[in-house]
Amino acid sequence: MSEAMNVHSGVAAAHAVHHDDHGHHHHEQSFISKYVFSMDHKTIGKQFLITGMVWAIIGGLFSVLFRLQLGYPDQSFPILETFFGNWAKGGQIQPEFYYGLVTMHGTVLVFFVLTAGLSGTFANLLIPLQIGARDMASPFLNMLSYWFFFIAGIVMLASIFVHTGPASGGWTMYPPLSALRQAGEGQKIGTDLWLISMALFIVSSLLGGLNYISTILNMRTKGMSMTRLPLPIWAMFFTAVLGVLSFPVLLSGAILLLFDRNLGTSFYLSDIVINGEILPNEGGSAILYQHLFWFLGHPEVYIILLPAMGMVSEILSVNSRKPIFGYMAMLGSLFAIAILAFLVWAHHMFVTGLNPFLGSVFVLLTLLIAVPSAIKVFNWLTTLWRGNIRFTPATLFAIGFVSLFISGGLTGIFLGNSTIDIHLHDTMFVVAHFHIVMGVASFFGMFAGVYHWFPKMFGRYLNNTLGYMHFWVTMIGAYLIFWPMHYQGLAGIPRRYLDKKGWVSFNQFGELDKMITVVSIIVFAVQLMFVFNFFYSIFKGRKVTTPNPWGANTLEWTTKINPGHGNWEGEIPEVHRWPYDYGKDGREFIPQTEPVGANESKH
Amino acid sequence: MDIVSNQQKQRMHPHKFTLWVAIGSLVMMFAGLTSAFIVKSNQVNWKPVTLPKVFWISTAVILLSSLTIQLALRSFKDREMSKYRMLIGITVILGAAFIILQWMGFQNLWAQQVTFKGAGAGQFLYVIFGLHALHVIAGIVVLIVMFIKAFFGKTKLYSSVPVEVAATYWHFVDLLWVYLLVFFLVIGGN
Repeated sequence: MSEAMNVHSGVAAAHAVHHDDHGHHHHEQSFISKYVFSMDHKTIGKQFLITGMVWAIIGGLFSVLFRLQLGYPDQSFPILETFFGNWAKGGQIQPEFYYGLVTMHGTVLVFFVLTAGLSGTFANLLIPLQIGARDMASPFLNMLSYWFFFIAGIVMLASIFVHTGPASGGWTMYPPLSALRQAGEGQKIGTDLWLISMALFIVSSLLGGLNYISTILNMRTKGMSMTRLPLPIWAMFFTAVLGVLSFPVLLSGAILLLFDRNLGTSFYLSDIVINGEILPNEGGSAILYQHLFWFLGHPEVYIILLPAMGMVSEILSVNSRKPIFGYMAMLGSLFAIAILAFLVWAHHMFVTGLNPFLGSVFVLLTLLIAVPSAIKVFNWLTTLWRGNIRFTPATLFAIGFVSLFISGGLTGIFLGNSTIDIHLHDTMFVVAHFHIVMGVASFFGMFAGVYHWFPKMFGRYLNNTLGYMHFWVTMIGAYLIFWPMHYQGLAGIPRRYLDKKGWVSFNQFGELDKMITVVSIIVFAVQLMFVFNFFYSIFKGRKVTTPNPWGANTLEWTTKINPGHGNWEGEIPEVHRWPYDYGKDGREFIPQTEPVGANESKH
Repeated sequence: MDIVSNQQKQRMHPHKFTLWVAIGSLVMMFAGLTSAFIVKSNQVNWKPVTLPKVFWISTAVILLSSLTIQLALRSFKDREMSKYRMLIGITVILGAAFIILQWMGFQNLWAQQVTFKGAGAGQFLYVIFGLHALHVIAGIVVLIVMFIKAFFGKTKLYSSVPVEVAATYWHFVDLLWVYLLVFFLVIGGN
């Protein structure tokens, strides 16, 4: 195997491949090719992470704004008018603005933060490092993936600033509302920009996903069989497969919607009267869009969740100094979740007039997901059981993930039943459910990953004290925010409503809404503290002095503290064992690179 | 791309593998569209569409181009570079001819009052055939780049991987076209 390592110096020189079989040589890279148009998977991962953080702040701020409206519907906040002008006339958030905020909050958090920011970051960072590869299968496509994401972000950002405001049809963008310009301000140019941005985003996801799959399957180092892969890699693999198979279907749905909006076709539109005008469209089906959307939309939930699951498995094992409990069961349950992800999409459509018999099939398949989920929870708990747990911030966030996954998963059983869903659909119960199980839980997985792999990314540690504060406030805050929403939902409060004053029965929740708003502001502030910790620690954090600060077995800790492009200076290490030999034969940990000894016990 | 050459031996080249995954992804997109077609064909006011004859000519053209690119790949492997260049050139021309024929087919349909108005198979035809044509155009761009490289490239290329990747992709858009044609003939005609 040739160890000649070549780093492309920039896009312009991408074709000028140098050949050098005599050891490695170091290019002087310009700032642009090293940090901007980089083809190094580690830098691309950091680009995804930092862009994702910017979007997380924007999306989080949106939620604080609409929480202000929900908690204090009668209060006037003059400062809002200062910043948002007509959108917050008289210091109160206007209905069009509110719907724009809700839509953008969902879109940004689901796609830009928890898809690109999470799997974009850690798939890029961890796949080559943990499987023992110099880089991705195609570093160039990998770079394109980031830049498509970046442009998608620019388009989405631009849509917030257009005169008629951003898309406001909800993050699912259901027609006919989203297909008709007459239906509202947000349905004008804002929705077109939303669709274009999503199309670019899908291209980005596909380019990334292709790379992840072919890298994992083709570029593993010697000895790294599939069953010796660390669990984050398996999780990223299934995530990429889900993305590659489901995002194109969303793209076709979005293309049809663009045609309906701009060229007068009737894919989704039929028999509509709006503002007294009878539209000529006929024969379209709005339900068709829902099928296309949720065929992506449900796998998307697991695209978000699986990387977090994988990283949590790794972090829990490393920090409880015990092998992961049930490695093969973890793989099997990941696989089962990936398969079931494609077979449950209609549980988002129980009340659309879906055939009840078909509904019961989807109920069964949906409830089946509880089996692999429970296996995973059991394995995480048994990994922790009687371990020598090191409560680093990463460990805490990983344990927090397990807690949130359990509580959010249980409410999924309620919603997965088509009969109970008749009462609960489109209420705050749904909001509570998916925020806990998908939103906050994945965020916890992501935080765990950032705290754990920050030393690998930047050669420094994040500040621990700030990390503990970050964890406890976020953990308690998340439950304080979302737990009460279950009660609101059970009482029938619909989601997405601007103002509930018109319903006497909902008035009793006024104080609860205020509490949720206050807590969400506090939690948002603590996230800003984390962002401060992140950037401060990049430059001023405590330096890492040992290549393997956590005493972990996986390959990324066999590189230098600050690895260059190509990751290993000499030969790529060979792998001799699985990655979870912790506390074995009286040794605390045995790295994957160590050959199996003659008298070693079997795991 | 030296980084890529560090792959393990006896495995499929990562770029080829990536292409196959990408093909799987594209299949899902067209499967989504054609299943949407089936769902919608059960709605009221559905109008079937009769394909103009010109689509048969375009089918013949793209099938022929599949043959020429396969021959181009073989002559590349045999290091018969002048033959390779000629065959790639012919493939590009055939691909361009295909696009023009598709465009003529669209015009023919539009003249028959199959437009974006109302409901029916016609709307889907424009979207699906249009998306397919975009993928053919992407293939043509790749082939043109390879053609230029074969003429003016300073470095001699011995690895057949790029040619194989391009040929596989080209066969795929060809097969995809055959699938779409049969689909519209069998299901779209009702």
